[in-house]
Amino acid sequence: MGLFMSKGEIVAGCLAPHPPHLVYAENPEQNEPTAEGGWEQLRWGYERLRESLADVEYDAIVLLSPHWQTYIGTHFLGLPKFKSLSVDPVFPNLFRYHYDLSIDVDLARQIHDKAADAGLAVKMMENPDFRVDYGTITTGHMFNPQWDKPLVVLSSNRSRDYYSVEVMQEMMMELGRVTREAILASGKKVVVLASNSLSHRHFTTESAIPEDMSKEHITSHAMHLWDMRMIEYFRTGQSQRILDEMPEFTEQAIAESDGGGLSWLLSTLDIPNYPGILHGYGTIIGTGNAIVEWPERNHKEGSE
Amino acid sequence: MSDGELVGSYIVPVHPHTVLAADQNEGWGRLRDAFGEAAQRIKDSGADLLIIYSTTWPSIIGHQIIADPNPEWVMVDNDFHDLGSIPYSFNIDDKFAHAWNQANENRGLKSRTVAYHGFPIDVGSVVALKLLNPDNAIPAVIVSSNVYANRAETTVLAKACMDVIKATGRKAVAVTAMSLSNRMFTKPIDPKDDKIHSLKDDEWNRKILEFLGEGRLEDVGQLSRTIHRQIRVNKVVAFKPMWWLSGMNQNRNNLTGEVLAYEAIHGAGGAVVHLDPAASGAGDKEYDEDDVEYFLGERNVLDAQSDETEIVSEIVSAKPSNSNGPALWEPTESKDSVNSAAAPKPVGAYPHARRVGDLLYLSGVGPRQPGTNSIPGGPIHDADGKPLEYDIKAQTHAVVQNITRILEEAGGSIDDVLDVTSFLVDMDRDFKGYNEVWAETLGKVGPTRTTLAIRALPTPIAVEMKVIAKAPSLE
Ligand SMILES: [Fe+2]
Repeated sequence: MGLFMSKGEIVAGCLAPHPPHLVYAENPEQNEPTAEGGWEQLRWGYERLRESLADVEYDAIVLLSPHWQTYIGTHFLGLPKFKSLSVDPVFPNLFRYHYDLSIDVDLARQIHDKAADAGLAVKMMENPDFRVDYGTITTGHMFNPQWDKPLVVLSSNRSRDYYSVEVMQEMMMELGRVTREAILASGKKVVVLASNSLSHRHFTTESAIPEDMSKEHITSHAMHLWDMRMIEYFRTGQSQRILDEMPEFTEQAIAESDGGGLSWLLSTLDIPNYPGILHGYGTIIGTGNAIVEWPERNHKEGSE
Repeated sequence: MSDGELVGSYIVPVHPHTVLAADQNEGWGRLRDAFGEAAQRIKDSGADLLIIYSTTWPSIIGHQIIADPNPEWVMVDNDFHDLGSIPYSFNIDDKFAHAWNQANENRGLKSRTVAYHGFPIDVGSVVALKLLNPDNAIPAVIVSSNVYANRAETTVLAKACMDVIKATGRKAVAVTAMSLSNRMFTKPIDPKDDKIHSLKDDEWNRKILEFLGEGRLEDVGQLSRTIHRQIRVNKVVAFKPMWWLSGMNQNRNNLTGEVLAYEAIHGAGGAVVHLDPAASGAGDKEYDEDDVEYFLGERNVLDAQSDETEIVSEIVSAKPSNSNGPALWEPTESKDSVNSAAAPKPVGAYPHARRVGDLLYLSGVGPRQPGTNSIPGGPIHDADGKPLEYDIKAQTHAVVQNITRILEEAGGSIDDVLDVTSFLVDMDRDFKGYNEVWAETLGKVGPTRTTLAIRALPTPIAVEMKVIAKAPSLE
């Protein structure tokens, strides 16, 4: 019995984008600026994602954000608590968020150790003065505004910048494989979140009222076509095609998958061939953002 | 009040090792000492303002300038968090920051000031101010590095800064916080094993430093794109600080330069360089890029060529193609039509050209660029109809180029042009420039010509030509 009890589980994996505009538009008490709404399609999408998991029990959230950028391997937040003020260096007018979050350091270390065994460069981040990036906090807030679950936070290894999308993906596939192994071995139930936009061409000007939705649209038809192509693959369980087309997608759509999150997520989910649930799609300063859930809890056949 | 001036320029490395771990590696220690020497020279120069242009603070909505008079926090590096924390409390000249912001807007730049408690001052700026201005005796300003800014935009940013320095009589020091080669080792290393990542990176760094040592700053500025391709990993910001620094120095090439240190920091090239404005007599200026006074907002317009390693070209096509003007159409197809993917798309249902017997009739040709739809020389007004500065010569050149493309697509050449009707939206302002370009191009071919003034054209352009040409033989 003990053996079966200790079996960990990934209850769901989600693509969960993080533009700070979403938190800004929600007006939570933790964020200093106030907005008159905006980006509702995506915020309703997050609402549907939260509802979808409302009755599902899990112990921790494992999250990779492209805005903790590291060039020397993958890093993991490695202290039990982080409490501070996160100010977005690009949109400080929208995002100044007072956060107080807890980390599942054991699980972080287990993934770290397995990654190290697999030959990946990894490091635990144990400096108490470290400030958590706005991507982690935006996705963390939108997914779980109560902040009542501990997180495991992985940095974005910029191997794409140093080498290529192909090399990045190879490393992220390996990182995903060991992430899955560590979760299953941990005995914990976990939700995995990749925090990135799809097409990532954005406007270089901001309207006087940032939440003026009359100004919001995709930057070009080509970006729309790429986003819809990826969403079609999400919805029809064609993960392998996503991975196969990752270099073209990342380069042509300047996609935020360059940070490795999407490749890592699909690998952590063992390249799912069941449909993902599209909870929402919308643009933010012109970038394409989809909220997608792969409900692994409903697709457990052959997962040994 | 005497005119303000730049009393010195410095290039300094960005990583936190010089502050936190100078004792762990001899090279890091030498960089730290060089910072100390630079700090002394700045003090001795009587400078009353330090201006930091930092490559580790990227921005995407124009440039941002710190305007919090006393920003305080604790900086921890994303990668090197295990080296420790750097608490900071800086003395920022918020008045200068606001004036610079205004000067940027006056010169057509997007710009904003940032004065929020807890704003994360970037590692490059923190290291520079900690070591160059340890007692905060000299007030400072910090500006971001725009991800999309090209040479024109970055040069204008410097000119706007100099506007304020001159107007306020300041004695300023300009600092770029940057790596030379920026490829780091992707695994942890023992500090004593640090070295430049590769021989090639090392050789390029030494070449750059040789130029800087001779005071040839503008040469390095003009090599920036090449340097970026050769020794820069595509991190967030391309190799553009030399554009800014050279702009701050009137694009001079005969400064007095001295390399105070050059060492590796986790594989990247870190140098402390001092450029004194005193003329060295070296480096006769060989100036071959446009000088730019005002930024027109079209990020590809002012550069001689767009460069595929910059993100510049992406952002142009990222703009919706009909953001300033009517929707674009595919050229219509019929039996005798001639259409070219190398010519700009029509703004209505018509082909680029049509053949009738031995003659080729071209639809009106403007300067819009195929693909990006941008307008060389800049649009004549913005999306809201607000007039903009534009360059009629650049527009006229682009028209002639587009005509050439269409004729070549039809199998002919520019030499086949027989008759041209030109339309100008502002005859008084533009006839002279238009006529000069005509003389250099179509004037040499010799077609008949009629020039008309009209109220407007369908897109924000100043010139369009209606062409009849000899059709190439059909064999
Ligand atoms: Fe992002």
